[in-house]
Amino acid sequence: MFEALWLIPALPLTGFILLVAGQRWSRRAVAVIGAGSVGAAALVALGLAVRFLVAPPPGHAVSQVLWTWMNVAGLTPRISLYLDALSLTMTVVVTVVGFLIHLYSTACMAEQGEPPGEGYRRFFAYMNLFVASMLVLVLADNLLLLYLGWEGVGVCSYLLIGFWYQDPANGRAAMKAFIVTRVGDTALAVGLFLLFVHLGTLQIQEAMQRAAAQWTPGSTLAVAAAALLLGGAVGKSAQLPLQTWLPDAMAGPTPVSALIHAATMVTAGVYLVARTHVLFELAPAVQLLVAVLGAATLLFAGFSALTQWDLKRVLAYSTISQLGYMFLGLGVGAWSATMFHFVTHAVFKSLLFLAAGVVIARLHEEHNMFRMGGLRRKLPVVFWTFLAGACALTSLPPATAGFSKELILNAAWCSAGPGGPWLYGAGLAGVFLTALYTFRMVFLTFFGPPGDQTAKAFPAGSARRPLLEKAMALPLLVLAAGCLFGGLLEWPAALGGHPFFVKFMSSVFPGAAEECPLATERILSAAAVLATLLGALSAYVLFLRCPGFARALAATPAGAAVHRFWLSGWGFDGLYDRLFVRPLVWVARINQADFIDQMYQGLAQLNVGLHRLLSRTQNGRVRWYAAGLAVGAILLLMMAVFL
Amino acid sequence: MGIQAHFAVDGLSLLLVLLTGFLGLMAVAASWTVIRARVGFYYFNLLLVLAGITGVFLALDLFLFYFLWELMLIPMYFLIDLWGHERRHAAAIKFFIFTQLSGLLMLLSILGLYFAHGRSTGVYTFDYPQLLGTTLSPAAARWLLLGFAAAFLVKLPAVPFHTWLPDAHTEAPTAGSIILAGLLLKTGAYGLLRFAVPLFPGAAAQFAPAAMLLGVLGILYGAVLACAQTDFKRLVAYTSVSHLGFVLLGIFAGNLLAQQGAVLQMICHGLSTGALFLLVGALDERIHTRDLRRMGGLWAVVPRMGAVALFFALASLGLPGLGNFVAEFLVLLGAFQVSAVAGVVAATGLIAATVYALWMIQQSFHGTAREAWKLADLNAREMAALLAMAAALLWLGLYPQPALDAAAPALERLERPGDFEQKLTKVTKQPQAPGCCLIPSSFTSLPSCKILPLIAALPVPAAALSLAEKISSRCEGLTIWKSGKRERRGRFSFHDFVSSKLTLLCFDCGYAALNSFAAIPPGGAR
Repeated sequence: MFEALWLIPALPLTGFILLVAGQRWSRRAVAVIGAGSVGAAALVALGLAVRFLVAPPPGHAVSQVLWTWMNVAGLTPRISLYLDALSLTMTVVVTVVGFLIHLYSTACMAEQGEPPGEGYRRFFAYMNLFVASMLVLVLADNLLLLYLGWEGVGVCSYLLIGFWYQDPANGRAAMKAFIVTRVGDTALAVGLFLLFVHLGTLQIQEAMQRAAAQWTPGSTLAVAAAALLLGGAVGKSAQLPLQTWLPDAMAGPTPVSALIHAATMVTAGVYLVARTHVLFELAPAVQLLVAVLGAATLLFAGFSALTQWDLKRVLAYSTISQLGYMFLGLGVGAWSATMFHFVTHAVFKSLLFLAAGVVIARLHEEHNMFRMGGLRRKLPVVFWTFLAGACALTSLPPATAGFSKELILNAAWCSAGPGGPWLYGAGLAGVFLTALYTFRMVFLTFFGPPGDQTAKAFPAGSARRPLLEKAMALPLLVLAAGCLFGGLLEWPAALGGHPFFVKFMSSVFPGAAEECPLATERILSAAAVLATLLGALSAYVLFLRCPGFARALAATPAGAAVHRFWLSGWGFDGLYDRLFVRPLVWVARINQADFIDQMYQGLAQLNVGLHRLLSRTQNGRVRWYAAGLAVGAILLLMMAVFL
Repeated sequence: MGIQAHFAVDGLSLLLVLLTGFLGLMAVAASWTVIRARVGFYYFNLLLVLAGITGVFLALDLFLFYFLWELMLIPMYFLIDLWGHERRHAAAIKFFIFTQLSGLLMLLSILGLYFAHGRSTGVYTFDYPQLLGTTLSPAAARWLLLGFAAAFLVKLPAVPFHTWLPDAHTEAPTAGSIILAGLLLKTGAYGLLRFAVPLFPGAAAQFAPAAMLLGVLGILYGAVLACAQTDFKRLVAYTSVSHLGFVLLGIFAGNLLAQQGAVLQMICHGLSTGALFLLVGALDERIHTRDLRRMGGLWAVVPRMGAVALFFALASLGLPGLGNFVAEFLVLLGAFQVSAVAGVVAATGLIAATVYALWMIQQSFHGTAREAWKLADLNAREMAALLAMAAALLWLGLYPQPALDAAAPALERLERPGDFEQKLTKVTKQPQAPGCCLIPSSFTSLPSCKILPLIAALPVPAAALSLAEKISSRCEGLTIWKSGKRERRGRFSFHDFVSSKLTLLCFDCGYAALNSFAAIPPGGAR
């Protein structure tokens, strides 16, 4: 049964190859291959998951060696896959959510683009490659193969963000995404060098065992290795200070955003840290840094999300913020809780993006929330599913999925590490912010009076509602169901739940995080719910009940300045532009002709000049020659006399 | 005179000869429709260059090697000068002067080595296997190495001798660019691996830090310059400077990992850059410009060409799964082992590579169409050539083992800094091992002593010190030679050679002498 493991990445890869090779596929065939290959991979993954749960393999892990990649001087990375509870969870989420997004895309991408449906085959080819790369990343048995998937994901994000390549702005966003993440990737590569040179292997499990055996906690090498891996994770997962690419990545088609934010790409960093958690436990300083970065990022992104007018950008900042929670969780050692938050986040964030995609498409590519409004009655299915997603994001009942965030917060409070209460405080403030920006988004988009775009898209006279295609409605409904009931897998003990998920993960993360006392947990949960309610209420007051107040606040000089600052993502883009981009462009521009070449050219010019000078002397005039002879003779004589 | 037509092939040569044959075919494919004038003379030159290159990869006689080295040059000059683009004359002359001048320095070194070997052994020969292990004073070895290095570094090219390359590549006809980038540059790298390093291992080890620095500089400088170019072909040419920096870094990092990476990089760069030149040539043939500022949005017109260009751009930026990644990773890993700083700084070249590769695609195939070009997509002949190259890159990226295995014996034979300690251990453990010969204490003339380059190559004196002291405790008397003169006898202080005051050093321990180190296979007896 587990021999079928290689099929999981191979199926989407086959889809990619078929789509690239077959130039004359019909629209229908492309859809079947594109979505079908990922669907088949999802089925295989689910089959393996059932088998894994019913009859776990010995040691709760299976590995499958396909072939030896290379064998040079002790470096013997293999193309081999490794399945344990962690990679199984990731695989299932990637394939299932990925399939739903593909299904949605078959309908969505048929209408989008200029002309409609342009690049349909190209789109699915890239998407399949994206999923395949992510699966390789997740299932890789060694770090070099993981790196292959890691870079593959980066390239696919580049290709998909810049999918509508004719607009240079999309191209810029795509390049930015790839280059910024590649900065992190390079740190990761150096981390691999360090691990190989000092541990002698890149096999993940073996390297972790050797690290635990050879390195003492807090030793320089462990800290350096963990910090370098963190560099890679920060880049892919869009944490401070490499977060700038993610908001711009909204230039891609909406299903791409859903895929990047939910199933693939951004979670790679979280996965990497979880996969190599042994290393981070050996480097407490770096682990604390993970938590601090996470806390800082979740606040940073929360504030930024508050001011965005672009529906997709709010969701983008929300992703950064939620990933901040995951980093916070990793930093305090709540590995299982973090992975659970990853699962629930994948469900609700893909739902939010897909629903937002329908909204944007129905309003003729309008992204501005202030021109929407009143869509509650026009798009009921979208509204209710979006609401389910929003409730999950803010962990409001009846959606249960969002309670994974509470688990992380509880772990932060009860963690033995330094700064627990501070981290918890940041997280709690983040909960308030999350509720505030989420319901701002909900109220602006779906409630209130219809905005001008709403009025244009749904003229008052026509009562006919455009039907939502089945292929688009089905993923929304499935994901909404996931939002409502997903949290039951790991219901907090304070509410009488049972930790199924943590149990499942315990084979990967044996040393569980500190258990909170039940009473503390209850208080903490109550505080979180209170913060959420407060945030939702504030959103209601500020953006629905009396929107004039918020507008007036933003109009004051200080308010306007803060608003601008948050809107621009705290000025990071401008800062990096000044620090890195412009100097590099300047150096490249100024040296376009290559100053070293100029020196050789100068030498050549000098020779040409000398040649001219000397050829002047050969002018056929006898008196010049006579004068030359005389001067030469005098010089010779002088040399003879004085030397 | 001792000149022979001595050709030989091993795995390293074979790989490069295969590459020559393959890219030679590609070059012919690229010339199919473009060359209209003096067709016969064109192919005469093309084949002569290929013959010269193949000969360079096979020659084992230094005089023959030099002859073939020059043989590559002249037909290449004609290819650029007669069938090139607008500024071909200047470029051809520049190419000729750079290569010719550096080649002459190599000739001087070859002659120097010839006479040095003749004087110390009485056998005057250009034969490479005999010249290996010639006794040389360190100063002489250094000068001779510099002569060889001059030719090879210019050909490679290393910064700051690279400036002939962008001009020559840009102005050459497409086939010429493919041969220049794909093959001619590789002769420089091959020369370093085959001749410069094995002939003068000690001097090469001394030279290694400088060479690694040049390699890192090349990686970054080439990449930054590539970012600024507006001529498509020139951009690709500068990426060559960057990629060949990896080769230089790998060769002189000195360990097997890095050198395997360097060899693989030679092959993969030949394929990926050759393909990019083929593409630019195809584009130029259709729209008669190489100016990136006039392109843009070409994907919509020629999607197949766009996809192929994207593939090779990704190869060029080192995407895992393609051969260039394996090569660059091995080089960087090997370099990191030797010097973490060099490894890290060179790794930032990956970021720069991303910038230029994406910029190239953005300017040409993505973005808005700046002019309404109408052109035909790649035809079957071009597609076949490009797909063959793409397939080779994929194969090298996912299963490079056959190529690595082929190159391994040639690389394992090279002297490495670590070998000294290994051999020293072996001798101390087995004093009477076959291969150790006795040198009487009354030795008066200078023995042909192979230990010299090894000592010069010693990287960690402290580690060798304890081993060496073990020997010295066993030795009754030691003779120390300094610059060919007997310095002193008696117990020997190893601090002398740690502080590298000694230039020549021989142990004569009464029962074991270490002057036959080269007879011990690397890695000890298996």
